[in-house]
Amino acid sequence: MNQTFGLPEFGFLLGGLKWTVLLSLLAFAGGGAVGMLVALARTAESALLRRLAIGYIAVFQGTPLLMQLFVVYYGLGLVGIQLPAWAAVAIGFTLNASAFLGDIWRGAIQALPRGQTEAAQALGLHYRARMRDIILPQALRIAQPATVGYLVQLIKGTSLAAIVGFIELARAGQIVSNTTFEPILVFGVVGAIYFVLCWPLSLYSARLEARFAAAMR
Amino acid sequence: MGPKLDFSVVFDALPALLWGCVGTFQLALSGMALALAIGIGGVLTRNSRRAPVRLATITFIEIIRNTPFLVQIFFLFFALPGLGVKLDPTQTAILALGLNGGAYAIEIIRGGVQSIPKGQTEAGLALGLHKGQVFRLIILTPALRAIFPALTGQFIMLTLTSSICSSVAAYELTSVAQRIESDTFRSFEVYFTITGMYLAMSWILMVGFAAIARRQFNYPTR
Repeated sequence: MNQTFGLPEFGFLLGGLKWTVLLSLLAFAGGGAVGMLVALARTAESALLRRLAIGYIAVFQGTPLLMQLFVVYYGLGLVGIQLPAWAAVAIGFTLNASAFLGDIWRGAIQALPRGQTEAAQALGLHYRARMRDIILPQALRIAQPATVGYLVQLIKGTSLAAIVGFIELARAGQIVSNTTFEPILVFGVVGAIYFVLCWPLSLYSARLEARFAAAMR
Repeated sequence: MGPKLDFSVVFDALPALLWGCVGTFQLALSGMALALAIGIGGVLTRNSRRAPVRLATITFIEIIRNTPFLVQIFFLFFALPGLGVKLDPTQTAILALGLNGGAYAIEIIRGGVQSIPKGQTEAGLALGLHKGQVFRLIILTPALRAIFPALTGQFIMLTLTSSICSSVAAYELTSVAQRIESDTFRSFEVYFTITGMYLAMSWILMVGFAAIARRQFNYPTR
């Protein structure tokens, strides 16, 4: 097969883009849910929970995302769980995202003045109400710029699913590059598509940060 | 059917894997050196009075930060020969890591430089130092101290990112592991082991950077 890079090839890339977006959304939703638990454990009163969360974050931030994907991918097969490739990589991305989001939100929770917790306690609010109504709404607001910024990392990270063989945007690019023999053009287009996806988020994150910085002054 | 783990192949391959770790360190440290050079040079061009220079630097930073490293290294891998630049996969990987880390380093170092009060520059010039000396001694050193944790954190991330260089067959730990995996089919055991090795390497770097910080920036601030 030796084609030129035309509309069908571009369409194939967009088909890959669909999976990149889906994987990113899955990882953000899953990583957000698990990450919230990580953040709560990391700021819990129990020393054991705190230590577990510290270890969890250290392992996922201290090893390559690619290795995490490999270990989850082959580990699931080893214990006899047969999952489609997209589900296996989605689990890998979810675990990774939960460590990073958990750490971002941990920082935001700890950035709140101690008086917030004390005042809530003085009002007789229990842990659940204190977190849900007082601490988390403020913390998540503080964490907004970093959370949006992390979304860019996450989208870029999904390209590693290509190495496991899952056909998303980067893998689609490899395939088209192999059939058209125009790697520079193809990877240039693939890069441009990622850029279009990520740049607005980067700008939005920077704007949020500037707004918060101005509010702090 | 329970899981059957067999780590014996990993033990047999241990020397090769440890050499892979050396390869990763070489790749990552070379990438960091290049990133630091690009980072420092980039701060000057990012703050240049000439608009095209400034714009080119910003464009470079935004492109690198908003596209995946995997796509960047593929692009370089295929684009360089077309430009007449002949590099082997490992050299291509160092260049890719340097460019990627450099884009982040520019923004980090720039933040540090901006945190230095303007009076410090003026005081340095008043003391008769050259512009270059002022930048190196009075701006860069305290700026580097201020941003050292952020910069070294980024460098450790760069070391982890270097695993992606296996996709162009650069010599480093992941590509060594992939070779062993395809020989033995013990995928989980091999990748689980080298994940531990990466964890150890990022820990070694963390300890090393902390030691450098204690040695280099151990002067009183006021």
